[in-house]
Amino acid sequence: MSKDVKKKAGTLASIMRVYPYAKPAMGRIYLGMVAAMLAALVALAIPQVLREIVDGPLKDGKADQIWWPVGLVLLLGIAEAAMIWFRRWFVLQPGTHIEARMRNGLYNQLQDLPVAFHDRWPSGQLLSRAMSDLNLIRRWFSFGLVLFVVNVITIVVGLAVLVSINWMLGLLFTVCSIPLWIYGYVFERKYSVVARRSQDQAGDLATAVEESVHGIRVLKAFGRGKFALRNFAAQAEQLRGTEIEKAKAIAGIWLWLILVPDVSFALCLAGGVWLASLGQVSVGALVAFFATATVLRFPIESIGFLLSMTFDTRTASDRFFEVLDEVNTITDPASPKQIAKPKGRLVFEKVDFRYPDTPESFPGLLRDVNLELKPGETMAIVGLTGSGKSTLTALTTRLYEVTGGRITLDGVDIRDLTRQDLRTEIAMAFEDATLFSASVRDNVLLGRPESTEEELRRALEIAQADFVYELPEGLDTKVGEEGLSLSGGQRQRLALARAVAAQPKVLVLDDPLSALDVDTEAMVEAALRQVLASTTAMIVAHRPSTVMLADRVALLQDGTITAVGKHSELLAKNEHYRFVISSLDEPQGSRPVVAGPPTTPIPIVRSGVGRPSTEVGT
Amino acid sequence: MTVSGVEGEERQDYTRAESRQIRARSIRLLGSLIRPLRARIVLTILVVLVSTAAQVAGPTFVALGIDSGLPALLKQDWLPLSFAVVGFLLTGTIGALLIAWYTVLTARISQAILIDLRKRVFLHTQRLSLEFHESYTSGKIIARQTSDLDAIRELLDSGLSQLVQGGLYMLFTAIALFSIDWLSGLMLLGSMIPLYFLTRWFQIASQKAFRETRTASARVIVQFVETMTGIRAVKAFRKEKRNELEFGDLVEKYRYANERTINLFGIFDPALVLIGNVTLAVVLLVGGLRVATGGLAIGVLLATLLYTRSFYAPAPEIAMFYNSYQSAAAALEKISGVLEETPSVPDPTGPIALLKARGTVEFREVEFAYKEDRIVLPKFNLKIPSGQIIALVGSTGAGKSTLAKLIARFYDPTVGSVTLDGVDLRQLHPKDLRRAIVMVTQEAYLFSGTVADNISLGKPEATREEVIAAARAVGAHEFISALPNGYDTDVNKRGGRVSAGQRQLISFARAFIADPVVLILDEATASLDIPSERLVQEGLQTLLADRTAVIIAHRLSTVAIADRVLVMEHGRIVEDGAPADLIAGTGRFAQLHAAWRDSLV
Repeated sequence: MSKDVKKKAGTLASIMRVYPYAKPAMGRIYLGMVAAMLAALVALAIPQVLREIVDGPLKDGKADQIWWPVGLVLLLGIAEAAMIWFRRWFVLQPGTHIEARMRNGLYNQLQDLPVAFHDRWPSGQLLSRAMSDLNLIRRWFSFGLVLFVVNVITIVVGLAVLVSINWMLGLLFTVCSIPLWIYGYVFERKYSVVARRSQDQAGDLATAVEESVHGIRVLKAFGRGKFALRNFAAQAEQLRGTEIEKAKAIAGIWLWLILVPDVSFALCLAGGVWLASLGQVSVGALVAFFATATVLRFPIESIGFLLSMTFDTRTASDRFFEVLDEVNTITDPASPKQIAKPKGRLVFEKVDFRYPDTPESFPGLLRDVNLELKPGETMAIVGLTGSGKSTLTALTTRLYEVTGGRITLDGVDIRDLTRQDLRTEIAMAFEDATLFSASVRDNVLLGRPESTEEELRRALEIAQADFVYELPEGLDTKVGEEGLSLSGGQRQRLALARAVAAQPKVLVLDDPLSALDVDTEAMVEAALRQVLASTTAMIVAHRPSTVMLADRVALLQDGTITAVGKHSELLAKNEHYRFVISSLDEPQGSRPVVAGPPTTPIPIVRSGVGRPSTEVGT
Repeated sequence: MTVSGVEGEERQDYTRAESRQIRARSIRLLGSLIRPLRARIVLTILVVLVSTAAQVAGPTFVALGIDSGLPALLKQDWLPLSFAVVGFLLTGTIGALLIAWYTVLTARISQAILIDLRKRVFLHTQRLSLEFHESYTSGKIIARQTSDLDAIRELLDSGLSQLVQGGLYMLFTAIALFSIDWLSGLMLLGSMIPLYFLTRWFQIASQKAFRETRTASARVIVQFVETMTGIRAVKAFRKEKRNELEFGDLVEKYRYANERTINLFGIFDPALVLIGNVTLAVVLLVGGLRVATGGLAIGVLLATLLYTRSFYAPAPEIAMFYNSYQSAAAALEKISGVLEETPSVPDPTGPIALLKARGTVEFREVEFAYKEDRIVLPKFNLKIPSGQIIALVGSTGAGKSTLAKLIARFYDPTVGSVTLDGVDLRQLHPKDLRRAIVMVTQEAYLFSGTVADNISLGKPEATREEVIAAARAVGAHEFISALPNGYDTDVNKRGGRVSAGQRQLISFARAFIADPVVLILDEATASLDIPSERLVQEGLQTLLADRTAVIIAHRLSTVAIADRVLVMEHGRIVEDGAPADLIAGTGRFAQLHAAWRDSLV
């Protein structure tokens, strides 16, 4: 029920949260309202002139006296059009600025929010906020808000005019429209719930679309296109159901919006003619009455869709602020420190980490991690799949934040540095290399755009990424979403080149060579040695060959570092290390192929990994 | 240049013929969407006809009330007035009820069209070959299915019903005006001449502006999605500030495009009002003169004024319709372009069923080129007997993946044919093809849903036991059991949490549960640690016992379980033989193998 109470917190209050974005535009919006108000008053004045004509020249049959009042009607008509033009001119352009400001604000907030937030939110949901929701808000500000305010005022003024023409008829008309206001209130409650559901379902549908496109290879490989379609269709059906429900609510309000004025019209016709027959009202007044009531008709009818538009906008605003209200947990310190002479000494001190949504009963992913990387040292991180190696690397640049202990760079807690500085000193290469829609050059120089051509060339050389020179436009070839698609190995080499080109004090490489073939890997390793000689590096390694790049190796086991030492030492002393890193068995050829579990020269401690069972459905 | 399919969809400079071609194809699409709904549409039209007529009748009753009701009432005759009032009430009520009904009817129609279109685009997207997806990029195809469909939804939701209702309202109002006073009707007719020119101008000016809006919004979407999916790299390389500028620039372009379209409308709308008001003044003048000379009753004058005034009332809404029509038309043009793309790997017209495949794969005189002049695989023959395990090795770009993708029919050969048990893959029933041949690639994509959902994608009807057995077989069971909700853990919520290696294990389990006779593994173990890889390979040995397999791996450990090794270079198979024989020799494989052995410890 608390949700219901919150809902009542008010549509207007919800929308008013947008005010800071709208503020610079409000001046023009107010002017727009004034223009719209004038337009409405002019429209209401026309029937008054009609009344004068009917009760004056027409009654007396003086045709020559008609010209002046008709000229007035013409003038008023032109004035109305001019005011409408002013209204639009005042209001439309600032509306687009509100939208743009909010879109930029949302984007910047999203860029600022930690990775943990993005893990939680599918990008389809974010996209529907950035596009359709903001679109709605813009239209409400440049159209809905103005019309709403003006139409309500027009209705009130119009009713007053009706009362002034004849108080009995005016009162009758006003009383008759009361059911409308009651229904409007009922409508709000019914509609806003459905509207919110529809927007959420549309967001889910967008997510489904996105996944079906990004996962197209998997769907094709298994011939599951139809299967995906069924799921998608089921979701689309749900949305359709909601939309129909929405339409029914709208139909309900339409019914009242048309019925109520019609009934009032009919009753006023009866009453008006009767009063006229008694001589209590002139024919001219009657004409003016109906002409005014007709002018009011559109504003009254428009209340329906303006209401639904307002509620849609309110949900859009709620959805927008769901993201904006998200508190960023990884921020820059109030008074950041600086490292005067960065050397690249990276130390983990009693580092704990648990993901925020890990249930209480589960241990954190990393516990009491202690590790020191001396300046210039290369440290390999070795551990089983899922042991937390990648997370450990992500902690160094505060993509995730430690939940206990601290990480220091040259003695300074990394939380005391600005993120900008920290990420300048430490560069990362991820296993799943992301390329952006930009030239190869821009992608490689992402971390250091001011690099020289020579530095760029060297970074590409180290990563063995010379294939780029053979691309259609060489270094200027556009890659990424809107450009040429590259193979996994090519992307990985560019990501490596990117990390190298950033010339950081500390390089953090998360299994950077996994997609490379043996030859290329050997070449990259040879070239990488030069860089690693002078740079502190942390390398997640699965292969002995990668480990060989490192001065020392840290073994990550059960969430903590259980051993640190040279590869050969660990190999000799540590069973778990042997289990994790030593090759499958002796290179084949020297041994016959055996069916069943191969015998390994090294006794295997199956810590955390059970024996495989192979009874899968053949 | 052509404009068939998605070609040239970003262009702004269509020639007349091209524009016509594009319009024709969107109209064809629209027609095919509407056809199944004909009956409902006819009903809806009837409803709106009656309801609008009922609404329009209003002012006539007012005229009747004043002109004959009033004089009669003066003679204590209530009948004409009662008739007018009851008539008004009746038509009003009927009109209102029918409008409500009409609202629901149109919603049903528009939702039916939308869902049809959604499904079609979705299915067609799935049908299009990888070749298409690789060049068209995911951002654009997502934009087609989201923001473009939104534009169409908007048109159907409100725009179209406003047009029909508004248009009919205008038509009936004009008819009513003619019937009560033809002279006023003529004046209204005269006002339609400037109306026509105004609308025509608006139409032409806004069409171009709207196309630009669509393109600008697509750019915003692409940048947005790219940032959100690559957020780690964005942060790690401090791209936020630069992104802010780039995105701000795109947003501004989109904003400007929007501003231009609405500005057009800002001229159109007041111009409409102006035409309406001038007409009103003219009708008033002429009518007034006639009343003054006794040629016209006052009530009729009032009715003509009410009609003239209400004639233009729906015009802004109709123009709004034009707004949404333009963006919907532009969207429909692009969607119809995607739908026009013919899949380069089409489903067979007369599919051959292969219920029990044995798994013999054969390449007959196959040649493959992505583009006509770029031959990737020169002509070759290859037979893989059923049950054989092939290791495919060679350096990056040698054509290993391409060869594998030909077996999985991600592509069709340019020349020659690939067969399974003697049946050309192009003729094989897609269902049987996918059941028989499964390919696991390096990028292990997980869909939102539970771990179990992701595994059972390989066999949707699988029981939990089967899912667990498959996970055990690849050594994924332990880590899955350790997740908070085990197999029911939502991978989306923990998507960032499942490591690359674990993702690969899950996608492995997915392939195992599918139980194909031919299994293709393209670098499917690259991210695994050695113990996991060891487990996978142990599993593979038993699993592949009676299956055909093609394994591509940079780590030559895979060779351990292979019966036969194919070494590829520059698209050709340069060595082919049993692993032991090749290692013993002096060829390319012997070198590779020596290098690999050195890389171990």
